[in-house]
Amino acid sequence: MALLQIAEPGMSREPHQHRRAVGIDLGTTNSLVATVRSGIAIVLNDAEGHALLPSVVRYFPDRGTAVGYPAQAELACDPRNTIVSVKRFMGRGLKDVAYAENCPYDFLDAPGMVQLRTCAGVKSPVEISAEILRTLRERAQTALGGELLGAVITVPAYFDEAQRQATKDAARLAGLNVLRLLNEPTAAAIAYGLDNASEGVYAVFDLGGGTFDISILRLSKGVFEVLSTNGDATLGGDDFDHRVFCWIVEQARPAPLSDEDTRLLLTEAREAKEHLSSHGEARITVRLGTGELIDHTLPLKTYAEVTRTLVQKTIAPVKKALRDAGLSVEDINGVVMVGGATRMPQIQQAVAEFFKQAPLNNLDPDKVVALGAAIQADVLAGNRAAGDDWLLLDVIPLSLGLETMGGLVERIIPRNSTIPTAKAQEFTTFKDGQTAMAIHVVQGERELVSDCRSLARFELHGIPPMVAGAARIRVTYQVDADGLLSVSAREATTGVEAAVAVKPSYGLSDAQIARMLQDSIVHSGDDAQARALNEQRVEASRMLEAVTSALAADADLLAPGELADIRAALAALSEVASGSDRRAIMTALEHVNTITEPFAARRMDRSIHQAFAGKKLEDMEI
Amino acid sequence: MINFQHNHFELFGLPQRFHLDLARMDEAYRGIQSQVHPDRFAQASDGERRASMQSATQVNEAYRTLKNPLARARYLLALRGVDLDSENNTAMPAEFLRQQMHWRESVEEAANRPEALAALARRLAGEMKDHYTELERRLDRDGDDALAAESVRKLMFLERLREEIGDALERSDA
Repeated sequence: MALLQIAEPGMSREPHQHRRAVGIDLGTTNSLVATVRSGIAIVLNDAEGHALLPSVVRYFPDRGTAVGYPAQAELACDPRNTIVSVKRFMGRGLKDVAYAENCPYDFLDAPGMVQLRTCAGVKSPVEISAEILRTLRERAQTALGGELLGAVITVPAYFDEAQRQATKDAARLAGLNVLRLLNEPTAAAIAYGLDNASEGVYAVFDLGGGTFDISILRLSKGVFEVLSTNGDATLGGDDFDHRVFCWIVEQARPAPLSDEDTRLLLTEAREAKEHLSSHGEARITVRLGTGELIDHTLPLKTYAEVTRTLVQKTIAPVKKALRDAGLSVEDINGVVMVGGATRMPQIQQAVAEFFKQAPLNNLDPDKVVALGAAIQADVLAGNRAAGDDWLLLDVIPLSLGLETMGGLVERIIPRNSTIPTAKAQEFTTFKDGQTAMAIHVVQGERELVSDCRSLARFELHGIPPMVAGAARIRVTYQVDADGLLSVSAREATTGVEAAVAVKPSYGLSDAQIARMLQDSIVHSGDDAQARALNEQRVEASRMLEAVTSALAADADLLAPGELADIRAALAALSEVASGSDRRAIMTALEHVNTITEPFAARRMDRSIHQAFAGKKLEDMEI
Repeated sequence: MINFQHNHFELFGLPQRFHLDLARMDEAYRGIQSQVHPDRFAQASDGERRASMQSATQVNEAYRTLKNPLARARYLLALRGVDLDSENNTAMPAEFLRQQMHWRESVEEAANRPEALAALARRLAGEMKDHYTELERRLDRDGDDALAAESVRKLMFLERLREEIGDALERSDA
């Protein structure tokens, strides 16, 4: 194997050239960035040595921002402009936000996604999350000494389409190239599985600040296969804080609380919760802005009582995940605990009781997700030698369907389908002479459209007039490896087509992203032109390298003329890539892309056949 | 676009029949996915990334179909020219339909009693196992596609019933 490491002329990059790629855990409470250095995954600390970046963003009237500890420290002074737990608002409308009434924010119910009015203007959760991601990107660039190739960003497994797209948008806004959106429990399983060389069926129980995921995975040599996932995207440590907050208010019955005092008490509640993870009681003493003194002691037993229903809420998704995987509790070899909220003793106990075994707590529940993401980023960046990598097979958490007559949902792709996946289904017109058809894409498990999440609407026009039921409209759903959906529709007799990348009805349009990006670049003093040119150059060198190494391996699949054309296109790209004409690079890139498409398809076919080379014929037992 | 000339069985190098060596299929599936999965092409050209996504999608579809016994039987029948979706003759034996009604009544009566539901689930599992054994014999040994199609239709009823008992169980302990 070592011989393969020697780079041949014109083959791939030099073996020692390591690409800078990171894993980012964008958490409700804290965020982290990690990378793989000399084969070992490590969390990157900030200049003060902190690994965690509190997911807190404070806006100032002069358009400046503070992110992390400085923002958290002043939380109670400026609650309206200091945003915590923004992850709970990603891809959500105001009506979806739990306890909005207890958040001291000035919400603006925008279509698709709630927005927040701050002293620096109206901010979307995407922009706020981008501030956190930008801080982590800068931290990583400082630590690694240069621009990043890209990042793997983790999302709760139970995040729906809207929340995933919002996360991806935030990363783009923060100037990050997203290598992959990775489910948090899957990331944890990678870190855990590699660390312990585990084999068998594992459950990952991931209770974070704002979200709960349960994933069942089969770990075997070289493969991480997610069998099923379930969860609750609105259940997390924040809810436990809220119960303690309510308990305090009930005990103390203070005068109506100001925003500052609400924030103060919520912070006290969180500290009490954390204290109770290792103590029998917590004392809560706080002087409100009104001068009123609150002083109560919360015993662990009372705490367990007021949060009992929250703990119970984690069990139903666990049962559903087991059922979907076709497994029972006895089949589970181990339960990996992830997320800071799993430190709570009542959670540990409930998990142990349900699974009839002690849960596994040997990894830092705050860091394991970022470490797993870093390891996957290292693979996607191509930093690992062939044979030293693994295969990750993940699933979509929620079913995808479309609206049919009477507001009912026709399921197209069922939940827990392994991605990437696609499914096509035929529909027809229901009126004579109908020339258009509206397609309404929804996500969820319920039968009524009104109980599911609406993802997108689009129309197929130009259907030739026919009698009802004669048109054949084929609707295709494709979910990519990030779990993101695109939908297309085609009328079979005429070939009329319409397609949509599922996005506009709740997400940000590309134009909006471009504007925000422009704003943030102007604001941060970056040179937008230079940055765009640099991005194109990076893309060009990636392409040159990819095609060159593909040619080195499989040039025999090409006719001499095809080979010459590709070489000419590469030479042209290489030529313009060293110049500074961004558009020329873009055009040359497009040309290489088009011209290599048939080559790519042939290579893929060969790969499939090679997977059986030498064993197919003799093994056939007909 | 990749044009797979192979059917799902050929893709995994498996003999075209109902009885499957599942371990061998798992191995073949993983072998192919580790060649074509998008994670292998994260740094490749756009064309290769697209081709990879399409290939991985098709391999997943083939695996999903063959892994599930009912989907596998339907697929096998389709390969033999029996399309269950477009069949007109879907009349079920009266005796079977009567049994179905009994089952449904039993499930309704057992609602909110997890133990009674679990007992029904066990009984149903036993009955389904017999049907699958019969289906395998009809497909692999007798080659009687018409009778096999009837087994498939019965099993479609029973699979739905199994789902309903599962749903009732889920509700009963919620």
